[in-house]
Amino acid sequence: MGVLQPAAQKKTGKIKNNRTSDTVMEFVMYVIAAVFLLILIYPLFFIVIASFSDPSAVAGGQVWLFPKGFTLDGYKELLRHDNIWIGYRNTILYTVVGTVIGLAVNISAAYALSRKDLTGRKYISLYFIFTMFFNGGLIPTFLTIRDFHLYDTFLVMVLPFSVGVFNIIVARTFFQTSIPGDLWEAAQIDGCGNLRYFAQVVLPLSKAIIAVLGLWIAVGSWNSYFNALIYLKNPDMYPLQLILRNILITNQMQSGMGTGEAAQIALRLANMMRYSVIIVATVPIMCVYPFVQKYFNQGVMIGAVKE
Amino acid sequence: MKSGHRYPGRTLGQIKRNWGLYALLFPAAVLTLLFAYKPMYGVLIAFKDYSPALGITGSPWAGFKYFEKFFHSYQFSSTIKNTLIISVYSLVTFPIPVILALMVNQMRPNRFRRFFQTVSYMPHFISTVVMVGLMMILLSPSTGLVGNLYSLFGKEAPDLMGSAGLFSSVYVWSDVWQHVGWDSIIFIAALSAVDPSLYEAATVDGASRWHKVRYIDIPMLMPTAITLLILRVGGLLGVGFEKVYLMQNDLNATSSEILSTYVYKIGLLSSQYSFSSAINLFNTVINFILLIMVNQISKKLSENSLW
Repeated sequence: MGVLQPAAQKKTGKIKNNRTSDTVMEFVMYVIAAVFLLILIYPLFFIVIASFSDPSAVAGGQVWLFPKGFTLDGYKELLRHDNIWIGYRNTILYTVVGTVIGLAVNISAAYALSRKDLTGRKYISLYFIFTMFFNGGLIPTFLTIRDFHLYDTFLVMVLPFSVGVFNIIVARTFFQTSIPGDLWEAAQIDGCGNLRYFAQVVLPLSKAIIAVLGLWIAVGSWNSYFNALIYLKNPDMYPLQLILRNILITNQMQSGMGTGEAAQIALRLANMMRYSVIIVATVPIMCVYPFVQKYFNQGVMIGAVKE
Repeated sequence: MKSGHRYPGRTLGQIKRNWGLYALLFPAAVLTLLFAYKPMYGVLIAFKDYSPALGITGSPWAGFKYFEKFFHSYQFSSTIKNTLIISVYSLVTFPIPVILALMVNQMRPNRFRRFFQTVSYMPHFISTVVMVGLMMILLSPSTGLVGNLYSLFGKEAPDLMGSAGLFSSVYVWSDVWQHVGWDSIIFIAALSAVDPSLYEAATVDGASRWHKVRYIDIPMLMPTAITLLILRVGGLLGVGFEKVYLMQNDLNATSSEILSTYVYKIGLLSSQYSFSSAINLFNTVINFILLIMVNQISKKLSENSLW
């Protein structure tokens, strides 16, 4: 496949078209795109305005385009829940440490595998790729974690599942296509070893793939609850998602059963908090994306296209 | 490795010279060994009467007892049926991100296109927990957006989250909503690699925009699409645990119990380790066979394959 063309450059070659069929097609396409955009964006927009609205107005179907009965009570209620903030802190810790470990492990393995002069390269690749299609399954993995005394520890959240074979493949492709082999030959002549070459030449040239993999891993650990559900017992170590599960999903069933005035108030507060908790939990990770976006074209795209 | 057989000394020399590369591979290789290959050994408990006191090696053999138990249980056909319905249903939605990519590729590279892409990626960053929480809130027939929409037209809303018949539709379409933009990235990348001179030549030949999509863009996407499709079919029985488990409730139980949630409940909630591992192994083996079969078929028909 040819060199990646920036989209803008490709389109300058576009020749003016006056055909009606093209105009019709363009019109239909933009209409579909607009409808599609509306379907994607409206539920998100609704959550935002609902979080600032009086919950009875939301439930009564009066909130459509603007908040009704503006209130910050949902957010205030949020502040009173200590476990949310403990979860928040834990998630930040797991995400930061997990991303650093994940990047270090996957990027370095991917670079080694990208080198054609690595003896046994084919077999080492197979060693990793096999685990994508075959695995021990839930219980044997659980028993292994317990045997290693990792159950209910900080490490279990950041270490055991840090190798991502898909990440390695994408990064390997990136290294193969964007780090010229001549560089290594030149460095070798200057007496530079593999490790120094990797640290001082390869890594600085690989910001795009580091950014992209970093985003993937960070989003993955910010959003995951399964490992915590299985491997953590101590509630003080729960990540945000596990606490969210109790607020958003499990509680919903229980709160419906209560009666009396106290239960009504609790239900009302819980309802208000539900919208604000979604925003507070999601906005931070969405904010990372725009910073990485500029690397996306170079990073994933090369990795994806050549695969 | 031919040279290795002829000149064992040379291979050894190469390994020695490149020891730094092996050092880079080391952490990922060890983690894979400990947390992917060691649990594979643990799969043995599917054929044993595993008791934690005796360990994997010490537990007595049980042969295919647990497999037979599963095949004869009433859960067998229902979990498999539910799993298949959901995964085949998801497979049918496979072309949607492709269509989206074709559309984005037709848009002029302007602000609308950038906005469109950014917005279509956004839902991907919502965690599964929040996503299911969102669905519960928005799809609620009494207080949610869907309920309000229906009452706007004076109708009674269906209980989308609490209906066995609608479970697979709710699951699949909410997934499409969340990931369609993200999944289209890889196809947009493939399209951006199309040689612009192809479009120019087509224009000279009098092709309309539709013709170009039909005869240039779609064929260009085929290799990427087929590779991804193979991977999807290989995971046909591997419907993710996370979202289904969160969406389960008493009302939709008959169609929401799938293999992975069953494995979790049998294994971790009721501690039948061997039984759970047997079900899991059955699942993995079927997926593995499917993957190999689809890969062979694709190799024959289109020269696209994973290996």
